[in-house]
Amino acid sequence: MNWLRKDEWPWWQAGLLLGLLSMATFYTADYYLSTSTTFSRVAGMLLGLVAPEHVAANAYWQKVKPLVDWQFMLVIGIPIGAYLAARLSQGIVHFSAQLPDLWVSRFGASRGQRWAVGTLGGILVGFGARLADGCTSGHALSGGLQLAVSSWLFLAAMMLSGVVTAALVFRRV
Amino acid sequence: MGPLEITGSVRLVLGLVTGILFGFILQKAQVTKYEKIVGFFRLTDLTVLKVLLAGILSGMVGVYALHNLGLVNLHIKPTIIGANVLGGLIFGVGMLLLGFCPGTCAAAFGEGRLDGLFRGVVGILIGAGLYSEVYPFIQDNFLKLGDYGKLTIPALLQVNAWSVIIALVVVMGGFLVWLDRTGHRRSTEEFAGRKHPGGHTVVPR
Repeated sequence: MNWLRKDEWPWWQAGLLLGLLSMATFYTADYYLSTSTTFSRVAGMLLGLVAPEHVAANAYWQKVKPLVDWQFMLVIGIPIGAYLAARLSQGIVHFSAQLPDLWVSRFGASRGQRWAVGTLGGILVGFGARLADGCTSGHALSGGLQLAVSSWLFLAAMMLSGVVTAALVFRRV
Repeated sequence: MGPLEITGSVRLVLGLVTGILFGFILQKAQVTKYEKIVGFFRLTDLTVLKVLLAGILSGMVGVYALHNLGLVNLHIKPTIIGANVLGGLIFGVGMLLLGFCPGTCAAAFGEGRLDGLFRGVVGILIGAGLYSEVYPFIQDNFLKLGDYGKLTIPALLQVNAWSVIIALVVVMGGFLVWLDRTGHRRSTEEFAGRKHPGGHTVVPR
């Protein structure tokens, strides 16, 4: 079981396991690895706390209902699995809201700036995933492996804009 | 034949177990770090790309094999060129700025990195909520722009799925092996060099 205690698995082992997990997911759940729809459901649940009629009348939340489903539980499971994986290799998992080293070396230690840019990035991630109908897991991985044209378009577009933005943002580093 | 039909609370437990395995793999692949995601877009550390492409390749062989055996259904997302491309462009900018995507953000939280959770989840929820609000408008515009339905690459090229799978395995598999040999891991080493012996990062002024 030393393999489970390793800090990092080689990319091909992790990739192979993602493929096997995808196969198991199609067979057991008649669905695919995906996460971002859950964020729509949670947004609907939270907004429903203050404006239930508004959420009930919304065309998108009628399609993607604010309820707990298979994928919702999958999203809950992800941090549990990551915790177990980190625990097995590190012994103890230290929770910290420390800014990433790369961020600090490029933008400095201002938490306000990280909040502003991170929240803006999150808004774009949330909106873009809904518009494209999937994210890195539902579109790029699961759609890509099904040879869906939509998913390969998404992957190409996301890589293009990410690479261009990275070139602009990290120009001076 | 066909996939299992698991319903009710057992299905919820199945989702949880699937998520635990997914999160475990993401953490062990080390794609749960801001530096790895940003390194992917800066083309300085291609771990994310390698794991993703290897997952796509092994998954496509496995899932199409199961599909040929009649054990699984495919779930193809509709090709709507306007929405897929514009959504992808917006997503890429956001993923670079945040340094996480929804799945890796959740996994990073589990391994103790709260940066993405604090700065990302609120934004993702706002973005997803915002989409619901503008959905009626988008439905009449972007969601009709180049709508080709549930289109796959083999259907588009009018060839057998396995021709495409074999071609991709050869070309992308070769690309991955080449990437692995040239070793794109610059950013990790770059950052090891920037640290004080105590492990604190130098903040440039």
